[in-house]
Amino acid sequence: MIISSVSGTAVSVPGNDLDTDRVVPARFLKEITFDNMGNYLFYDVRFDDKQNPKEHPLNDLDRKDASVMVVNKNFGCGSSREHAPQAIMRYGFKAIIGESFAEIFAGNCHQIGIPVVTVSAEDCLVIQALVNEDASLQLNIDLEKMTVQVGTFFFEIEMPKSRRDSFLKGTWSVLELLKSNKEKINNTHKTLPYSF
Amino acid sequence: MAKDTLYNKVWDLHKVTTLPNGQDQLFIGLHLVHEVTTPQAFAAIRESGSTVPFPKRTFSTEDHIIPTDNQAHPYSDPQAELMSATLAKNVKEYNIPFFGTDSGKQGIVHVIGPELGLTRPGMTIACGDSHTSTHGAFGSLAFGIGTSQVGLVLQTQTLALTPFKVRRINFNGTLTGGLTAKDVILKIIQTLGVNGGIGYAYEFGGEVFDNMSMEGRLTVCNMSIEGGARIGYVNPDQTTFDYIEGREYAPKGAEWDSSLAYWKSIASGDDAEYDDVVNFHTDDLSPMVTWGITPAQSVGVNDTLPASDSQITQEAYTYMKFKPRTPIKDIPINVAFIGSCTNSRIEDMREAAKILDGKQVSASVKTLVVPGSQQVKKQAEAEGLDKIFKAAGAEWREAGCSMCLAMNPDKLIGDQVCASTSNRNFMGRQGSTTGRTLLMSPGMAAAAAIAGKVIDVRELLV
Repeated sequence: MIISSVSGTAVSVPGNDLDTDRVVPARFLKEITFDNMGNYLFYDVRFDDKQNPKEHPLNDLDRKDASVMVVNKNFGCGSSREHAPQAIMRYGFKAIIGESFAEIFAGNCHQIGIPVVTVSAEDCLVIQALVNEDASLQLNIDLEKMTVQVGTFFFEIEMPKSRRDSFLKGTWSVLELLKSNKEKINNTHKTLPYSF
Repeated sequence: MAKDTLYNKVWDLHKVTTLPNGQDQLFIGLHLVHEVTTPQAFAAIRESGSTVPFPKRTFSTEDHIIPTDNQAHPYSDPQAELMSATLAKNVKEYNIPFFGTDSGKQGIVHVIGPELGLTRPGMTIACGDSHTSTHGAFGSLAFGIGTSQVGLVLQTQTLALTPFKVRRINFNGTLTGGLTAKDVILKIIQTLGVNGGIGYAYEFGGEVFDNMSMEGRLTVCNMSIEGGARIGYVNPDQTTFDYIEGREYAPKGAEWDSSLAYWKSIASGDDAEYDDVVNFHTDDLSPMVTWGITPAQSVGVNDTLPASDSQITQEAYTYMKFKPRTPIKDIPINVAFIGSCTNSRIEDMREAAKILDGKQVSASVKTLVVPGSQQVKKQAEAEGLDKIFKAAGAEWREAGCSMCLAMNPDKLIGDQVCASTSNRNFMGRQGSTTGRTLLMSPGMAAAAAIAGKVIDVRELLV
């Protein structure tokens, strides 16, 4: 599937070094499917011990249909759990904008078709301020032009070239591509100086 | 671009091809599997009717959800029982070797790989677990992956990856009494930050690493990811070879000789070039303790906590309920946890036992000692360490991840403070949404257990 742009409203989830334990607490990883992960997104910072909503951007009912999450620096650090991007996707988000992302997290997002784009620290704060002001503000992430339109403003976005190409060509799901090199895989297997 | 490093040599050897998007397709020589991050991958394979072409290159065990008090089935937690049964069924169906509790070889995946001789120099190793970087201690490129990527490895034994940059981290000097590998890596993360390693493989070297045991190197490489580096490694040397020789899956006879030649050939050369070089010295090192909610928020045990001058420090102070510019020493603890893939190997057990020998843990501190594997447990018991722990009032448990991430019944309660030898002090990490984690070495955690508060382990060593 080609993904060349993502449009919709946004919600800003502020904070640097926001780890994947906070995105989905470990106790929810005991389920053997990803089906319910959307319900657990940011659970412990969104709900108190009695499951009552706390003050959190995702609990703002005006933003329940948001498609884009705007975060800050080193988002998704820590555990490799794919449950984190799965929760974000299943909650309804289609893309994430941030200052920077942890590597395994960004790779997991790419693997499941969630574009993760970076902007400068300054732009990130401006975008979050614009988003915070107006829940109905429309954003458009354009992977062809590498810009994000936020209301009437435009900001430059970045994404590693290989990832951008794979979204534009619809090849971000790499299973078939990897499988197609079966012979070369077998050759590498045979030449490795170790086995079990 | 790095040149002639171990990273370059091992990467090139495993490169299948360059993909149209510019990424490399990399062959994964060893794939490790545990119960938490794999059921969805197996389900997808089953649904699509796909196959696992290289089942001998994958090994499995259960560690995250396993109880450490009573491991008899069914587990007290029905979700854990289902997860355990699902793994057993999946690996059986796809002919993947499994080290369950009845094998005598079960344990934390990053502990059993090395101890079984599966982890060796010059490999590419992947596992659905961020602490896979641990295995880099042997001079392998080892990194964590997500569940979709676990599916790719199972079905193709390969991944699509973007090449890394290489940062050489030199640590010179000597680790004298009370200083450990844990302090070394906490210092590195404190200095370079939790995101300093993004895009990098960390190559650890210098006098400290030349003289460090494999257990110590495993501790350092384990926490590379806490500094943002997905890969951390140490060039293989005689210490590495001596550790591997004679282990169950280690090469034997003529194969040993050829393996040794290969292992020696992949170490970074004298003319290796790096993208970045950073230098540390033990003169600036003291036992490290984290005080906040990221592994970079640490201080030396005799230092005071920093000023609250940023969003992340403010957030940490609010959560931890500590005060800026106060000493870390004397902060009371409620729990001591000695275990996890960072510090649950035999040397860690010995380090803790040395401190606890003939002493009593504070009546107010619940102390858990959780060996990393059944083999570590057996070895510790052969050395009588279990008796030392029990006599000191600590609990001696069965092998598993336990209170590092509290996916089993071992959890903090309320806002308890835990002196923990694990790797993450994230909010809620140890099973209570208000629980507080202070990361430190096994000796420091044992000392804290005795004192009921953070103290300098060196005071007990004189």
